[in-house]
Amino acid sequence: MKFLWFHLMPYKELPPDFKEKHRSVWVDIPATLFDPKRAHVMYNEFLDELEYAAECGFDAICCNEHHANGYGLMPSPNLIATALARRTTDAAICVLGNSIALYNPPTRVAEEFAMIDCISGGRLIAGFPVGTPMDTTFAYATNPSQLRERYYEAHDLILRAWTEKDVFSFNGRFNQQRYVNVWPRPIQEPHPPIWIPGAGSVETWRWAAQMDYVFCYLSYYGYKMAQTVMKGFWEEMARLGKDRNPYRAGFAQMVGVAESRSQALDLYTEAAEYFYGRCLHVDPRFAVPPGYVTEATQRAGIESQVKAAAEGKAPTGPTATAGAARMQSLVRDMRGIVDNGYLIIGSPDEVVEQLNELATTLNVGQLMLLLQFGNMPSETTKYNTRLFAEKVIPKLRPLFSQWKNRWWPKSLAQHQRAAAAE
Amino acid sequence: METGATGMSEPATLTIDINGFATRVWRKGSGPPMGFLAGYGGLPKWIPFLDRLAEQRTVIVPSLPGFPGGDRGHTVLDTHLDWVLAVRDLVDKAGLAGADLIGSSVGGSFAAEVAAIWPDKVRRLALIAPFGLYDASNPAADPWAQRADELAALMTARPETYKALKEVPAGANSVEWPIEQTRAAEAAARIFWPLGNTRLERRLPLIKAPTLLLWGEQDHLLPRSYADAIAAAIGGETEVRIIPGAAHLAELDRPDEVAAVILGFLG
Repeated sequence: MKFLWFHLMPYKELPPDFKEKHRSVWVDIPATLFDPKRAHVMYNEFLDELEYAAECGFDAICCNEHHANGYGLMPSPNLIATALARRTTDAAICVLGNSIALYNPPTRVAEEFAMIDCISGGRLIAGFPVGTPMDTTFAYATNPSQLRERYYEAHDLILRAWTEKDVFSFNGRFNQQRYVNVWPRPIQEPHPPIWIPGAGSVETWRWAAQMDYVFCYLSYYGYKMAQTVMKGFWEEMARLGKDRNPYRAGFAQMVGVAESRSQALDLYTEAAEYFYGRCLHVDPRFAVPPGYVTEATQRAGIESQVKAAAEGKAPTGPTATAGAARMQSLVRDMRGIVDNGYLIIGSPDEVVEQLNELATTLNVGQLMLLLQFGNMPSETTKYNTRLFAEKVIPKLRPLFSQWKNRWWPKSLAQHQRAAAAE
Repeated sequence: METGATGMSEPATLTIDINGFATRVWRKGSGPPMGFLAGYGGLPKWIPFLDRLAEQRTVIVPSLPGFPGGDRGHTVLDTHLDWVLAVRDLVDKAGLAGADLIGSSVGGSFAAEVAAIWPDKVRRLALIAPFGLYDASNPAADPWAQRADELAALMTARPETYKALKEVPAGANSVEWPIEQTRAAEAAARIFWPLGNTRLERRLPLIKAPTLLLWGEQDHLLPRSYADAIAAAIGGETEVRIIPGAAHLAELDRPDEVAAVILGFLG
């Protein structure tokens, strides 16, 4: 089993009445709430925390891309990844990822990821998300009716740019380049492992399987709510004739570990309620721009709702109103957060038990841990990280040892590495 | 407004091919032909406004690509030129070349394009609050970022009018119907995202056809100042009429008044 330490980099000082006074943490969050002097301290603490996680023995440290977002201060995750590449030696650098439809030309991603792979000595995991509607269509104004077409085309262009040995011309529908020639080239051959963050879209599962990529379900709602999606994913893999190698799948889970459950409640309640109460306050106006959800996924969602209504049950299929729409119906108090499984808390043994259940029921080998969330103080974050590394990881490590993780970076051997900077 | 009881009989439906997509054309009435290109959301149903026109003229209503009746025709249109050529094809194949042309909202923008670029195609032109402009000092509202219950109030003065147009009728496919309505919003987004600005202003001086410009007095989507800018830019003789009690889709709010003003202008 692999353990990846994931930072969202939330702005930690949104006012207590944020949810009442403002419509959304995303897209139109007021710039006046951002204090760059405070962000100076936050960014440096966040980088310290990621480096600390690498020191504690996590297999990878992760960052991601958001725009105009009060809970994600990384418009450019590549800047963060590069800083981390310089300050760490063994942990994989997982960028989950670059929303490749947004880059003009998309070869910019091929270049920057190749730079990170070179600087880190081949430790990069390259994530290619479509991106949320809030980031892509509203903050970055990409046409929702073209987003997916642009995404697939950008992917094809980046892959060719990494793998073709000669300069070539790219005559795409949205991108035309006479001279494609990426310098530098990635260390990893033929290219860094590609992971696809996504949700319950059947097309995305099929495509990831066809390309032999890792599918990562990045949910804020915990493993109990993820059962249906991951069940659908594995059923689709079976239909496609793919094995059940758990390393095909990643999942993100928030965890707060302490000496006891009651101590965990003391330590993590404020941060969890900050995250669900203020950070996930997203205006549903930005939830589903037309065209963002494919018609096949809309159809599957409506059919499952119709079926569920006929049977008098809650819908179980992929829904056409994921993301921000779902955020409107979240529970925001600690009891609900824990009872619903958004957040796993407890003593090390209690956390081990729940994560064991998560890993085996979802069949997920690449486990992404959100051990910093909301306005958690840096000291608490480090405590959570250290305790998890010392008391939780060793007990879960042997899980899935019968499977080969074909999707992990192949970094340079120690003797090939640049001398460490002091 | 009128209900289905007052003269709402079904139009004849023809199908034409636009870029390989089967495209619906409605036809009703007799007399000289006039075309109508529908507004935001398109026409999932026949509306009383069209009946008022059909009482005096032959009304021909071709569906825009991706709008109800237009299949997934928007998916092959990537640029503004692609769109304008598709609409030109639509006008020709629907038998509207040289006829009077009415367009509302999104459809109004295309009607203006055709009249500007191919002046022989349009005899007289009637535009109801067309898309195509954006003024940063007086911004248009964002039709794609509305809460579900707010869109109807943005489109019409009485939200129930727009809701009734979009409501799944008895006997319709309850899965495909809502997908078609989302597709209409997507098709509009495909050309007008994010601001609605296609730089139509640059082509308005090419319009030589006599033009009637109508604007709902309560249009909260496109500010009234856009009417002034459009009227000032159009090359031909232009008459502006403000429709009281109407919002953006004035033909839904005030079908009788809008039809009467248009019929009077077209002669």
